[in-house]
Amino acid sequence: MAIEVRIPTILRTYTGGAKSVEGSGATLAELLGDLDSRHSGLRERLVDGSGLRRFVNVYLNDEDVRFLGGLETPVKDGDTVTVLPAVAGGQH
Amino acid sequence: MLTIAPELHAKIIAHARADHPDEACGVIAGPAGSDRPERFIPMINAERSPTFYRFDSIEQFRVWREMDERDEEPVVIYHSHTATEAYPSRTDVSYASEPDAHYVLVSTRDLDVAEFRSFRIVDAVVTEEEVRVAAGAAGPGAGGPE
Repeated sequence: MAIEVRIPTILRTYTGGAKSVEGSGATLAELLGDLDSRHSGLRERLVDGSGLRRFVNVYLNDEDVRFLGGLETPVKDGDTVTVLPAVAGGQH
Repeated sequence: MLTIAPELHAKIIAHARADHPDEACGVIAGPAGSDRPERFIPMINAERSPTFYRFDSIEQFRVWREMDERDEEPVVIYHSHTATEAYPSRTDVSYASEPDAHYVLVSTRDLDVAEFRSFRIVDAVVTEEEVRVAAGAAGPGAGGPE
């Protein structure tokens, strides 16, 4: 089972520079756990105590997983998961 | 140093003024590795706030995917401050996630004078850089021999 996970520039330190890695799992949570077993520390950049980190966007194919099931979003072979840090900022 | 065509410089300032008092934000894409800002992409501020900005997540996905397909990268990421100086705030620094981008700040706190400054933000370190507004840089409508 292979799910492609596209990694943004700032997280490529966890993947040895790779733009894209593969993993498996029935849900996004399982997939991230699987990735973390080979790319230690990656999961913690995406998930905190209350779920997916607020300023990291995770997409399943073309959809933001916040509008699907968050960490419980089902994933399957052939899916593409994309991670993009949110672009944000403010005056203070 | 950020080298940017006059038209693009003007478009960023116009966008900032148009969205004032909300913060304006956007990207200028350019060919990957070229450091040339070419394609102006104003973004919606999903926060619609005078003190905070955030790219809408779906719009960001589409823009980033389009850049990827065109072999481009975000050369400039710009936003405006509506009441403070054109300098990256602590929040700006904490969310800066494109180490190769030029972070352009515009301040619209003065209606007559637009402050336009550019910075690199790498590993939470802010370094201001010179801005060169030059017709020789690529931009829409730029003519002349290649």
